[in-house]
Amino acid sequence: MTMIFGIPIQALLGQLLVGLINGSFYAMLSLGLAVIFGLLRIINFAHGALYMLGAFIGYLLLVHLGIGYWPALVIVPLAVGLFGMAVERVALSRLYRLDPLYGLLFTFGLALVIEGVFRYYYGVSGNPYAVPTLLAGGTNLGFMFLPNYRGWVVVASLIVCVGTWLLIEKTRLGSYLRAATENPELVQAFGVNVPLLLTLTYGLGAALAGLAGILAAPVYQVSPLMGSDLIIVVFAVVVVGGMGSILGAIVTGYMLGLAEGLTKVFYPEASNLVVFVIMAIVLLLRPAGLFGRDA
Amino acid sequence: MSEPLLAVRDLHAWYGEGHALHGVDLDVFRGETVTLLGRNGVGKTTTLRAIMGLIRKRKGSVTFNGKDLIRLPLHRVAHQGIGFVPEERGIFATLTVDENLILPPVVAKGGMSVEEIFELFPNLKERRNSQGTKLSGGEQQMLAIARILRTGVEMLLLDEPTEGLAPVIVQRIGELLATLKKRGMTILLVEQNFRFAARIADRFYLMDHGKVVEGFPVGQLSAHTDKLHEVLGV
Repeated sequence: MTMIFGIPIQALLGQLLVGLINGSFYAMLSLGLAVIFGLLRIINFAHGALYMLGAFIGYLLLVHLGIGYWPALVIVPLAVGLFGMAVERVALSRLYRLDPLYGLLFTFGLALVIEGVFRYYYGVSGNPYAVPTLLAGGTNLGFMFLPNYRGWVVVASLIVCVGTWLLIEKTRLGSYLRAATENPELVQAFGVNVPLLLTLTYGLGAALAGLAGILAAPVYQVSPLMGSDLIIVVFAVVVVGGMGSILGAIVTGYMLGLAEGLTKVFYPEASNLVVFVIMAIVLLLRPAGLFGRDA
Repeated sequence: MSEPLLAVRDLHAWYGEGHALHGVDLDVFRGETVTLLGRNGVGKTTTLRAIMGLIRKRKGSVTFNGKDLIRLPLHRVAHQGIGFVPEERGIFATLTVDENLILPPVVAKGGMSVEEIFELFPNLKERRNSQGTKLSGGEQQMLAIARILRTGVEMLLLDEPTEGLAPVIVQRIGELLATLKKRGMTILLVEQNFRFAARIADRFYLMDHGKVVEGFPVGQLSAHTDKLHEVLGV
């Protein structure tokens, strides 16, 4: 058996794959958080709940309406995105002129409400969501066995992350978004409908969380707590990447997922801690984050 | 006399509780260049910002082309045909020169094309892929004006375009404004540099304590020298 630093290569690659999958979800969620924070200056504590909502909508579509995974992959982000836009219009838009703390408190409360509703109706135990038939089984890569669905999650998240990055960096809408992040009043004085841009941005962030949720449904159990379990790590990813940095959120998401996976191989006891240790070190050495611009 | 393109009546504005404008009255007619003069802190910049709607706490009337701007949301004001070049220039660091240039939406036909703008500002063409804030102060000012020229607006509100710039750049901006004037652009200018303003303005308004205290055409400049000395402290 081939060994690396006394560890069988299969075990190492297996954990790296787990790390890469977790990293895929970290990247998609922190990307949404970064987009929202960049423009709205709101630390969206409801992000984990929106991710959970995505998984649950997918689950309910399947159980009650018989709508399977592939249509759900389109319906869920649209539904969560529209829900996010409604939340922004009805509530968040009234808080922009107040202290940012109000936005944080509101989204924290919203997360508790969404989570509470699903806990009331579905309890805390998870509900299984079957892997779609097309992606069932696995592929023998020679050095390891790769479950097809997990491979798909990594590819899909890469497509989503690169697509979102291109949207923000290379399109006219993206240039409005970047400019409004710097100076929203001036962009509005140029004739750009910034309030609409804010609504769309929160909707985009929510849709990304919803998409991550439906992608996660077959990997993890669909449970009301799945968002709150993940969100603290995702916040750490955003801090390490640099608050509001799109590229930082993506790269750091994958990087910290892999770091977690590697720690599981070499020192499993520290695997839940490693992300926060890295966050503390980065905050000490580079408070603006790895990709953040110094204030 | 014809109707003014921009008419401001009894305009009051507040920064929080601070009452900054105390009833500004002014008119700008189509094709005119009008300069607001006054010492620091008398409300010249506030007047431009209140006209644009960048200060929401305001009272009075601002009509442009006969339309009341006070009732419009901020993002609808530019679409009436009025463009703003702020004192701090407002060049975006995360955007390239090209992206900065095409950022403001086109609001009417008749604006300059990017090619025409690059003919007028060859420096910007050379640096079109640079980050906007890497340009020199003079180039940033040119870019700030150029991006509004693309939009097809009828009127420019220009806040201190020569501030902090070398004399050779100030001269270049003077030439640019003269060219725009020839093309029929209406300009409301805030300027501390009196000599610069005197060369391009058709009329002047003198501001003190948050309101207009006097207005006169360029031909009566010498008759108002004493008053200018008194109000401007020059």
